[in-house]
Amino acid sequence: MNAERAAISLTVNNVRHDATVEPRELLVYFLRDRLGLTGTHVGCDTSQCGACTIHLNGRAVKSCTILAVQANGAEITTIEGLARGDELHPVQEGFRQKHGLQCGYCTPGMIMSSVYLLKTNPNPSAEEIKHALDGNLCRCTGYVNIVESVKWAAERMRGGQKAEGGDVSR
Amino acid sequence: MTTQHAPAGLIGASVLRVEDPVLATGRGCYVDDVQLPGALYLALLRSPYPHAKITSINTDAARKMPGVELVLTGADIDINIPSPVMIPGQKIPPHPALARGAVHAAGAPVAAVVAQTRAQAVDAANAIEVEYDPLPAVVNAEKALEPDAPIAREEIDTNICYRAVNKGGDVDKAFAEADHIVKMHIASPRQVAMAIEPRAAAARPEPNGDLTVWLSTQSPHRVRADLATSLKFPEHRIRVIAPDVGGGFGSKGPLYREYTLASYCALKLRRPVKWTATRSDDFLTVIQGRDQAMTSELALKRDGTMLGLKVRVVANLGAYLCSNTAGPPQRMMAMAPGCYQIRNVFVEVLAVFTNTVSTGPYRGAGRPESVLNIERLVDKAARDLGIDRLEIRRKNFIRPEQFPYKTATGVEYDSGDYEKALDEAVKLSDYDRLIRERDEARKRGELAGVGVSTFVEPSGGAGFESGAVRVERTGEITVLTGSSSHGQGHETVFAQVVAEKMRVGMEHVAIRHGDTMAVQQGVGTFGSRSAVMGGGALALAIEKVSDKARRIAAHLMEASLEDIVPAEGGFAVAGVPEKKVTWRQIAAAAYGRMPKGMDPGLQETVFFDPKREAWGFGAHVALVKIDRDTGETRIEKLVLVDDCGVIINPMIVEGQIHGGVAQGLGEAFLEHMQYGEEGEVLTGTLVNYAVPHATSMPTLTLGETVTPNPFNPLGVKGVGEAGTNGAPPCIANAVMDALAPLGIDHIDMPYTAPKLWAVIRSAERGKK
Amino acid sequence: MFPASFGYVAARSVDEALELLAKHGEDAKLLAGGHSLIPAMKLRLASPQTLIDIGTVQGLRGVRVDSDALTIGALTVHADIAHSDLVRQRVPALAAAAGVIGDVQVRNRGTIGGSCAHADPAADFPVVLTALNASFVAVSSSGKRTIAVDDFFVDFYTTALGQNEILTEIRVPLPPSDAGTAYHKLANPASGYVVVSSGALVRRDGSGKCIDARVAIGGLGGKPFRPAATEAALRGKSLTPEAIADAAAKAADGSDPDDEIYASADYKRHVATVLTRRALAQASGFKIETSHPQNQR
Repeated sequence: MNAERAAISLTVNNVRHDATVEPRELLVYFLRDRLGLTGTHVGCDTSQCGACTIHLNGRAVKSCTILAVQANGAEITTIEGLARGDELHPVQEGFRQKHGLQCGYCTPGMIMSSVYLLKTNPNPSAEEIKHALDGNLCRCTGYVNIVESVKWAAERMRGGQKAEGGDVSR
Repeated sequence: MTTQHAPAGLIGASVLRVEDPVLATGRGCYVDDVQLPGALYLALLRSPYPHAKITSINTDAARKMPGVELVLTGADIDINIPSPVMIPGQKIPPHPALARGAVHAAGAPVAAVVAQTRAQAVDAANAIEVEYDPLPAVVNAEKALEPDAPIAREEIDTNICYRAVNKGGDVDKAFAEADHIVKMHIASPRQVAMAIEPRAAAARPEPNGDLTVWLSTQSPHRVRADLATSLKFPEHRIRVIAPDVGGGFGSKGPLYREYTLASYCALKLRRPVKWTATRSDDFLTVIQGRDQAMTSELALKRDGTMLGLKVRVVANLGAYLCSNTAGPPQRMMAMAPGCYQIRNVFVEVLAVFTNTVSTGPYRGAGRPESVLNIERLVDKAARDLGIDRLEIRRKNFIRPEQFPYKTATGVEYDSGDYEKALDEAVKLSDYDRLIRERDEARKRGELAGVGVSTFVEPSGGAGFESGAVRVERTGEITVLTGSSSHGQGHETVFAQVVAEKMRVGMEHVAIRHGDTMAVQQGVGTFGSRSAVMGGGALALAIEKVSDKARRIAAHLMEASLEDIVPAEGGFAVAGVPEKKVTWRQIAAAAYGRMPKGMDPGLQETVFFDPKREAWGFGAHVALVKIDRDTGETRIEKLVLVDDCGVIINPMIVEGQIHGGVAQGLGEAFLEHMQYGEEGEVLTGTLVNYAVPHATSMPTLTLGETVTPNPFNPLGVKGVGEAGTNGAPPCIANAVMDALAPLGIDHIDMPYTAPKLWAVIRSAERGKK
Repeated sequence: MFPASFGYVAARSVDEALELLAKHGEDAKLLAGGHSLIPAMKLRLASPQTLIDIGTVQGLRGVRVDSDALTIGALTVHADIAHSDLVRQRVPALAAAAGVIGDVQVRNRGTIGGSCAHADPAADFPVVLTALNASFVAVSSSGKRTIAVDDFFVDFYTTALGQNEILTEIRVPLPPSDAGTAYHKLANPASGYVVVSSGALVRRDGSGKCIDARVAIGGLGGKPFRPAATEAALRGKSLTPEAIADAAAKAADGSDPDDEIYASADYKRHVATVLTRRALAQASGFKIETSHPQNQR
């Protein structure tokens, strides 16, 4: 068995990284431990909870079930890549406006899945949102306000005026 | 919510959370995110057997593997997890950090490895050879009481940890006089808390000999105390930091073996040591909830008046006592009669050891079991006596004028209006229409049911809580609270209270929590106690600091104390609003020049113990339909009316109810930690243990009543556990109502599709 | 959570992958989407010495029509099959099945070839492909061969593929214009895997009589179960709700499922008849009602 380290090159949040990795290194640990991008979280060991969700080549995927070597040549966006400086991405703002997070641990993955949904379905129904988030577990919120958050974000991203912001929830 | 909140001030406003921009951008810092240069990693080897002697351990190969710095077994260390005596005479078998000679639950750590990378530690742990001699195991608590049951803890000669009794009135007389007695056996299924963040510890020895430990914990101070005991290390030289914590639900209250081991290894190696649980680790060693079997009798008059209640609770503690393992059954006892005037009560708890994961508080922590018990009894009584289920409840409710009300179990409910909550739930659910809808569905041959639960829920308690308010030199306000947050939004909610009461903008208030070096001795966040206890301490600390500030203000403005009145951003002279001083000016004086007779400084600390709990309450209503073909259930309507006293932030309160209801629905339909005949773990991962997904949630209708807590400075009560306390019993009653036409009396949760289908088919075949 | 160490090599072509398979022998496994293999490796239930990554091989992705069949590259991910207009229009049951595998993220990585080669008895593709009478194109150093679906799935995690064979293509015959297809699933609420599922392909003539019926049921054994009694009961009959119900009632006849933690054998056998009734009804052109429970996934 030849467990030699492999050279990989990938782009994460628009920054190119060259590294050598053990084949067994999971992408989620590469992002967290090697690149210090600790916003992507590990919540389970059976590829179910979705706390590790990122975008890889434009698709929402579970980074705990991908080897870093498989991400060679890939373009990756993590939760840290969404906001522009202090300006939150509309989905992040939606989660804030509609109390879509409590402990925040599932939130990065939840947001990445929501952003992915809205890419192809800019006006999802509550049922469509719930199905799109079937791969993301939350234990705190009961999902109710997560659905509202995504709806708020969808409205904002469609250019809606109705999705007003503020510091007090309406 | 039904009440439109349009408060004048911040208390009562749905202020958006200050925590969110950090967490939503992935910049939160959970324990595993903590970067400690030079850190080593801890991995454990765990027992695959529920009960076994360890005949040999060979660590030779492990020690030689790449990156390995330390290998430990139980023979190398004398470290135990402390268990407090909660009940006089309770048996307390050892709880070693690493097994010594025997293991008593699958998952018990047998050896520890510290290595340079996580993977190397796991590789080496897997290379340790352990030989076991399996012993008979017992996993069911009621079976553990049978005469020939295996003894789970062979160090003691019994499976009984303790027996406790709570009684009031004359139960024998009540039962003798009863026209009707309802009997039930109800098992509350074992639950896994499943906080999405697995446990984690990061320990760093300091150059001066102190120890800093980051822990995913709900109770930094209490855990620090237990850590000190287990390490035999001075408590005041340990700093425990709970950074961002990804959920707890009670399960991150106690000290865990791995937390102690990480700390021990860090001290021994003089290097930082990190340990992060896998989800499988957590399934095997985090305290689990419920697993109480209740055999009960309710004695009534023919007209539905409740005369007496007898309950025998067999509580499964698991194999090892964690600090709060003994708690939930106690809680169950105290509130057994619920919101009813039952003057004759006898509750007996037998707390039992088995070869399973330790149990302890899990969202509800004895309350859900208690509510389930009494509400199922009441529903059955209504059915047996032919009395409407709402009427029988109304008839027996404790009345508003009876508060404070001392129950037959010796606790005092502070306030309540149970009739009002039920009326609200009836109104919101359009209850009569639900009944009609159910009846029409039944005519079409469908299985449909309506269920109700009315319940009380204690919050707060568990000792004191602390709050300190410091007006900084600059006039900004820092709060130090023992109520560390793990999702509850304390940094927002407490800031609302301070900002309103001290008349400043929230941006001028910083809430600090979760650090034993910064925050005075506290207790922590669990049992829905933070608004009541942390908020109460905070309100009193604000008063004290304001008192001193007024005196400084009087001096600065050369006015008499009686003429000093609160003003925006500070204080003013009554009738002369332009004569005003700000907090900044007062602070400048406090840290600069103070008049004779006044000490410098502007900070007050309060340790608050009202010596009573706050009794919230509620009423939930549900309509369900069960598909005969598949046993799947659809919730057509779910209405939740909860009373948590004064509401500080309605948005956050709703969020707490949503989350509790989701876990409650999990308990009702999905979740069950199961063991096989030989004690083997059957549901040790998410592949077999089902938790709610977004698609699991029906539409929720929330309502509230507000009955202020007369014994709390803020008038608040807790709400964190409302969803889990009231929803499962409500669903249980609805499902049983749906199955009643088939002659089915009671089945236990979770109401999985296969279980319901089997029961339905069996009943239908029985009828033919 | 941390797989045991292994060697890794990325193949650039099918030929190279075949060479590597021959070179590394029994201790090597192919890596495609990795969503069956990597979870097993993380729990150390599988510890291959070498992974040969064929995810890097070009030309094995995509859905196209090839004379009278849909040709699907083995590395096509489930999401692309579920969303493919071609699949949704021509073979709706295949898109339906692809759309209920796992979740969004899993469907973005898991491949149809990987799923079929893995042959999990609780997977969706083996069932629907059996109903659709698919065939599998496998390549080895001695050439190419086509394996019929009834020969392909042998038992739990066992297919007809040889150690040194690589699945490159799945061919699904395009259902004729007189045919309807459907796929219904009862998922395990924990894992999302199949507890029981039923796929049906029904051909009917102008008078509503059944020309042919092909049914496959998942969850009743180590490989998809063909309910011969159900199929026989339908052929030549008028496709009425009663006839469908009668035929579906036999769906579990001859099967011998095991009890499992979530579902008993009795439950699985019963639900097989329920889902088969629904699948047959839908494939025969009837509208079907389900109860839309929330605790189902």
